[in-house]
Amino acid sequence: MLLAVLGPTPYLILGAFLFAIGVGGLLTRRNPLVMFMCVELMLNAVNLSFVALSRELDDLGGQVAVFFVLVVAAAEVVIGLGIIVSIFRRRPGATADDLSLLKG
Amino acid sequence: METAVFIVGAIICLVGAVGVVISRNPVHSALSLVSTLFGVAVLFIAQDAEFLAAVQVIVYAGAIVVLFLFVIMLIGVDQSDRLETDPLAGQRVLAAVTALLVAGGLTTVILVGSITGKPSTTAKASTDAPNVEALGRELFTDYLFAFEITSVLLVIAVVGAVVLARHRDVAMADDDYPVEVD
Repeated sequence: MLLAVLGPTPYLILGAFLFAIGVGGLLTRRNPLVMFMCVELMLNAVNLSFVALSRELDDLGGQVAVFFVLVVAAAEVVIGLGIIVSIFRRRPGATADDLSLLKG
Repeated sequence: METAVFIVGAIICLVGAVGVVISRNPVHSALSLVSTLFGVAVLFIAQDAEFLAAVQVIVYAGAIVVLFLFVIMLIGVDQSDRLETDPLAGQRVLAAVTALLVAGGLTTVILVGSITGKPSTTAKASTDAPNVEALGRELFTDYLFAFEITSVLLVIAVVGAVVLARHRDVAMADDDYPVEVD
């Protein structure tokens, strides 16, 4: 067990930066797969914050929350990649800009 | 000691995250994502969350990224973005501004604000029990209902994946490269 010399602040700031990088990537990239990876980055940033606050408050609830986030992320990736594969099957080479069928 | 681990883990995370965003090839993005996920696992260990670190490596780096790579290989690796052109005018700038605002806002809140939560009285993380045991006890007592709901979610995900992967039309079933049938 490592000595708890650092508070939660550095971890929370790192999580904030990871989240911001994910936001920037999601808004910039057009490949649906890479946009998906950016969503995973944001989920990981939040997981990091959960664990940091779990240790700060000496509460295992934060780690349980990360466990559920992992499960939901796995389900989300399965469904999302299924949708992406079915899109690419119909329209090879599609980017997020091409998928404007539901645009108002 | 923890400072050194944090610095190394943070550098791994940030380099990987930037790599995900700026890589032209989706395969490189996926491999950068592995680096970020490993970095986060290192930081989990630094914070005494050993079980989550193991699950992070097994589920994320082991399963999810492999699924990403599988799909990339399935639909072709030459789907690279043209990063030098900007199809929507000003989108890059607005995205960068938004990201900076998010980072700045969250950092300000973290530095200025204070943590108002109270330490737990029932589910202490710092017990003598190993992390896995404590987490399992918590999961199967206080969070049992959420855990059971999770199984419903996973079943729905499996059914959804099967429905999405199915060929929509019998006429398309034989073709590897189906045409659009309306």
